[in-house]
Amino acid sequence: MTPPFGIPVELFAIFLALALLAGFVGLNGLVLVYLERKVAGHIQRRPGPFEVGPHGLLQPLADALKLVGKQLITPRGADKWLFWTAPIISFAPVFVLFLPIPFGPILTAMELDLGLLLILAFAGINVLALCLAGWSSENKWSLLGAARAVAQSVAYEIPLLLAVLAIAFQYGSLNLSTIVSGQGAWPWQWNIMVQPLAFFIYFVCALAETNRAPFDLPEAESELTAGFHTEYSGMGFGIFFLAEYANMIVVCSVATALFLGGWHGPVASGVWWFLAKVYLLLLVMMWFRWTYPRVRFDQLLNLSWKWLLPLALVNLIVTLVLVKL
Amino acid sequence: MTMFQEIRKAIQGLWSLLVGLKITGHAFFQKQSTVHYPRKTVPNLATYRGHIELVGREDAPGTPKCISCYKCAVGCPSNCISLSCPEDQPSAKTRAQVVPDPLGQDPAFRLTPFKVPPPEGVGAPSKRTPATFHLDYNYCSLCGLCVQNCPVDSLRFSEDVYLAGFTKQEFEYDLLTRLRGQAGNS
Repeated sequence: MTPPFGIPVELFAIFLALALLAGFVGLNGLVLVYLERKVAGHIQRRPGPFEVGPHGLLQPLADALKLVGKQLITPRGADKWLFWTAPIISFAPVFVLFLPIPFGPILTAMELDLGLLLILAFAGINVLALCLAGWSSENKWSLLGAARAVAQSVAYEIPLLLAVLAIAFQYGSLNLSTIVSGQGAWPWQWNIMVQPLAFFIYFVCALAETNRAPFDLPEAESELTAGFHTEYSGMGFGIFFLAEYANMIVVCSVATALFLGGWHGPVASGVWWFLAKVYLLLLVMMWFRWTYPRVRFDQLLNLSWKWLLPLALVNLIVTLVLVKL
Repeated sequence: MTMFQEIRKAIQGLWSLLVGLKITGHAFFQKQSTVHYPRKTVPNLATYRGHIELVGREDAPGTPKCISCYKCAVGCPSNCISLSCPEDQPSAKTRAQVVPDPLGQDPAFRLTPFKVPPPEGVGAPSKRTPATFHLDYNYCSLCGLCVQNCPVDSLRFSEDVYLAGFTKQEFEYDLLTRLRGQAGNS
């Protein structure tokens, strides 16, 4: 194929994919902001956003415009370079995270044998961004938030990996598409039936890894004003926010692929089943957020080290024994 | 704690988490209690505690039941009520004028949290009707001590919910004029 305007086709395809991905993340961000506020409202028996557009549908757009229009302020004592690199570092891995996720039978951006590993590796970068953001802000709340983020991430990454590993050993593969195609259409053919404990551990750890309530200690509003992103204004904050929602989609997508049968469904399997399951998990996450109070930090670490880690280990060992038999 | 107790506690904790989810899940589908204000308003304001207003006599709705005892003005912690009675002095009085040293040496002006029994001769139309009765709502903390202290039930909370203004002066009320206006309307 002759490259148009001298641009190689591959390069063109990559840019198109990146643009589509950014669009997907942005669109989902808007939908999730709207859903979150609506869920919060309904749980508290109020309507949530209602005035901008029919049933407040345009509210997230208005919020986004407001964020984009705001002045970007750098605190006087801040390390300028790190301060503005942090939001970019937090959002950049998102583009990689979506690559190996099998949205549909053929709708996978990149078939990778180590897809799961790629996701887990790049998801860890987010905590670096939080750490840098908290450190460079020169604000005690930010620093405390960053310290919490690191400790929390270290504590919950291990049981999360162990839970995922149980599934990976069961299939002998780290390719998400392989794992999805190994599951059937009906709920009793999904991995959640074989590995309920692994799903439970994975979901709790996913909540903690994405800093969602009740594990939102790095940005605990009541204690740390806004934790690591206290000093960020306008789109600096907006990008952190978008990255958090993107990470939520990623962990829910991985949970769907690993435990809930991916794009398989009782009727008309396809990408819609995948999205429906992802959104169901996201709604459960929101439901948790507006139900549970934030845990204390010692409770958070105790939960991980004393319960989830041993349980995940036991689960892994039992799985290994059963696989070998 | 033994290991079994720990495990039992954890299971109980998990159960309580499910109960929490049930409660919020139930609330999610319940009817909302929000009233969409500019399009709808709250039907019943009976329990609303707005700024205070005077209560008129049964026989003459334009004249307050007030007997100018100054208990409201003296009891007001924000010093925002001032009234005058022609029987006493021509000028409007506030607590500072009635009792120079507020929480007073004079037992007659001590703050009483309970209902004060009406003084002698109440019931018959009093000559001690106030000539002026001003409320500076800017400083009012809506504590209700004036309403509680009034021996003749001449003060009550109004139901003015939809208050908004651009100047402080709009919230300085002449309650006598207001009462006359209300009597004229009804």
